[in-house]
Amino acid sequence: MSFLIVGCLLLYVFAGVIFILMRSYPQSGTMLAPLCSTLAAIFGLVPVLNVLLSRASINISISWSSFFAPIQMRLDPLSGWFALALFIVSPLLTWYGTGYFPHKRPFEVSINGFFFQILAGGIFFVLLASDIFSFLLAWEIMSLAAFFLVIFEHEDRSVQRAGWFYLAATHLGTAFLFAMFVLLGSRCGSLDFRDFVGLGGVADVVFILALIGFGTKAGFFGLHVWLPEAHPAAPSHASALMSGLMIKTGVYGLLRIMTLADSWPGWWGWTLIGVGAVSGVGGALFALVQHDLKRLMAYSSVENIGIVCLGIGMGVFGTYSMGPAAQIAMAGALLHVLNHALFKSCLFLVAGAVTHATGTREIDLLGGLQKLMPRSGGVFLLASAAVCGLPPLNGFVGEFLIYLSSYWSVLPQELPFVDLRVGGFVVIAALALTGGLAAMCFMKAYGTTFLGLPRRQHADPVVDPKPAMLFPMFILGTLCVAFGLGGSFLILLVAPVASTLHPAALIVAETSLLRGAALNYMHVSLASFALLVLFFAFHRLRNHLLKGRVVTSGPTWGCGYPLGTARMQYTGSSFSQPLIAAFKLLLRTELSGDWPEGYLPGRSSFATHTPGVFIEFFYKPLFTFVGHMALRVKRLQTGGTHVYVLYLLLALISVLCWSLL
Amino acid sequence: MTRDIFASLGGIAFALLLAPFLRSIINRTKARISGRRGAPLLQPYFSLARLLRKGAVYSSTTTWIFRAGPVAGLVTVFGAICLLPFGGGPALFRFEGDFLLLTYLLAVGRFFTILAALDTGSSFEGMGANREAFFSALSEPTLLLGLAGLGAVTGSLSLTDIYGRIGASVFLEANMPALIFILAAFMIVFLSENARIPVDDPTTHLELTMIHEAMILDHCGIDLAFIEFAGALKLWTLGLLITGLIFPVRFGVFWLDSLVSLFSLATLAVCIGIVESSMARLKMGRVPQLLSIAFVMSTLWIMWVVK
Repeated sequence: MSFLIVGCLLLYVFAGVIFILMRSYPQSGTMLAPLCSTLAAIFGLVPVLNVLLSRASINISISWSSFFAPIQMRLDPLSGWFALALFIVSPLLTWYGTGYFPHKRPFEVSINGFFFQILAGGIFFVLLASDIFSFLLAWEIMSLAAFFLVIFEHEDRSVQRAGWFYLAATHLGTAFLFAMFVLLGSRCGSLDFRDFVGLGGVADVVFILALIGFGTKAGFFGLHVWLPEAHPAAPSHASALMSGLMIKTGVYGLLRIMTLADSWPGWWGWTLIGVGAVSGVGGALFALVQHDLKRLMAYSSVENIGIVCLGIGMGVFGTYSMGPAAQIAMAGALLHVLNHALFKSCLFLVAGAVTHATGTREIDLLGGLQKLMPRSGGVFLLASAAVCGLPPLNGFVGEFLIYLSSYWSVLPQELPFVDLRVGGFVVIAALALTGGLAAMCFMKAYGTTFLGLPRRQHADPVVDPKPAMLFPMFILGTLCVAFGLGGSFLILLVAPVASTLHPAALIVAETSLLRGAALNYMHVSLASFALLVLFFAFHRLRNHLLKGRVVTSGPTWGCGYPLGTARMQYTGSSFSQPLIAAFKLLLRTELSGDWPEGYLPGRSSFATHTPGVFIEFFYKPLFTFVGHMALRVKRLQTGGTHVYVLYLLLALISVLCWSLL
Repeated sequence: MTRDIFASLGGIAFALLLAPFLRSIINRTKARISGRRGAPLLQPYFSLARLLRKGAVYSSTTTWIFRAGPVAGLVTVFGAICLLPFGGGPALFRFEGDFLLLTYLLAVGRFFTILAALDTGSSFEGMGANREAFFSALSEPTLLLGLAGLGAVTGSLSLTDIYGRIGASVFLEANMPALIFILAAFMIVFLSENARIPVDDPTTHLELTMIHEAMILDHCGIDLAFIEFAGALKLWTLGLLITGLIFPVRFGVFWLDSLVSLFSLATLAVCIGIVESSMARLKMGRVPQLLSIAFVMSTLWIMWVVK
């Protein structure tokens, strides 16, 4: 097994190198490298499935230098679950990537291919690493690889800005992780994760540092500012990997650190529920007011991370108060991680195909694509329904479990834990509001982009992409349906993983509640299946009844006005207008333009823009302040050697004094 | 066991047969209050029969989604009815968390209805669609939280158990105010989801001011019949969620309990008629405020139930 794991990592590197080497032979290179990457995923899947089914874990230790401690790697059910999503999605994205680049830029394309493989391998390395040194090494490999994916179109100023945003955000986050690991390492006197036991009071500080450090990668609302910049800039399959999997390593890290603690205090639960509720509702609200298709999806990732976080918070609460449903909530959060990886990558891939075909990501400039790109449109519809959590698709499974756990918690308890009941109540409210807003958001995204009439003429004929891009979308779409209808099996598969998520001092091995939940979900699947059959039956019935009758087609009813044009259709901005009006205090959307005036109005225009509230009101002032401070400190840097010698002397003297004290 | 299944099938049969009749009751009430004689009581059935005999005109802008919308709307409401207990008996499908499936099935139906409206590319239908999407995004949490409150009061997690355990005793306990607030919240959600005054006016003559009716401007014939019938069934479904709280009397005899349920639904329809005759539709910008009030009311139970 350990051979396969190391082989998987090496094959990812190898696939990346092939991308670079084969630059001069694009034809064979496009086949060989993805094959190699697919092989890597297969290599990885075997131990991952083995670990998930047998509940064992695999330890690997590699001594690579006599100076440093050996690299410790460990594949256990928790890392296996996250790796499962990686190995399902990454080969599909690699194949999509071979068809993605129309413009001949061999250098950038090969670099992109290289770093894509390094990112995928890096994510697996992060999941495996089980000592401080290799974890931080893996973390940096992953973060930097993603940076090079973001700056693909490096001449573009907005892309440079996005890359800079991402780099700054990820390193600020890593700084918190450094602090956290220093604390852990010095407390336990070891670099190995296994030695981190008996944290005691340090655990609270570690939790806060992990929440900020990993939260920056995961994209909790407030720490999410890099997501809406980086996702639109990167090529679509790269955004899919980043949004579907890389940000999940933040969730993974948080869970990993949490399981080190001896116990989970109630305020951890409240914090996570608070973060989750704000991320869920905030992410959904901001997603709704975006004009850029990929930016909208970036905010939707924030919303989904919020849902995952709500599940974890509910799980912490449940464990803290020995409530019945901790495992169900944890299982829901884990399932949502996997399912989000599937439907969000699917959405990003279709968005890439749309951008390709039309040359724009502006929702309000698109329209009517369902007729021009029927296959892509169908997949987008499917994935949109999944992201809204509609049954019978896979998005519903995780949400159903988190809901179920919250409803369990609200019920009268044997032990009088008011916190737990109120926590469940808050989670229900937050989830329901998030769900409704997300549904509105994706109805807007799909409706404006794919339905109605095209809002402008496109230079090239707009058609479905070639098979290399189409098939990965199809497979992901099929998986969304399959994982939704077979949700019960997924719940059984995730049960052992969820049962490992508990404080170090607590032993929970029971998964009977989850088996009950799987049985409950079986009802959902059966009912959904029956209704699907009924749907097709009624569809046939209607078409059958219409057979002998007059069926004609005409223009859309314009309420008596015959000269309607495509420009007069409702746009995405109009769709979100009532919401902007109702939430104007929160969203602070800026309206601008020339309103029509007088009896014979001339040209008029209208535009809305919603600034990122955290950038405007928090980060900009903060970094301006830091910049000013840095300028003041700069006075120390005079450039004269004698002054620096003086500094050295002063430093030496102060160190001497300090050691004497 | 067999008796239970027959009882629940009987409930579904009542819904399929009598749901359009609720509309007749509402219309007749409104007509009587305004001094008219009103349409025949069977008018909704005549309309459905007429629509089912018609051909169809489809807008050339539309795709298969436009045709799938009405079918999805009908099938999902039918699924919802199968999850709902009627007349004191159990529902056909019942499991822990079945109300989640019910809420989400209604959401699926809405999802497709709204997309079908957007498929026409008409601004009027877009207007209706975004209002429907926004208002339902506000009323869905109300429904789910209210059901959480009922679950907490009765200590159960399936609709059959929740509505089976609500009785005079539950009301008379200290939970009384909690239940009344949930009831009020459900009432507002009921009016909003079924496109009634004060949220939406089904009889207005101006497309600009409509919500639900604006969305279905382009549907005709069989599709429109499906939509109308689904609307009637939805009125029935959400109505049962309310009447189950107001008339929680159980005799244990199927026919008697069914009669109580039917009578209570008819009373609810009369109430809607009275509301619609006595007030006008709210300004569009006011509706989110009304729904927010409903949301707040659906959270208040926590003060009485959780101590």
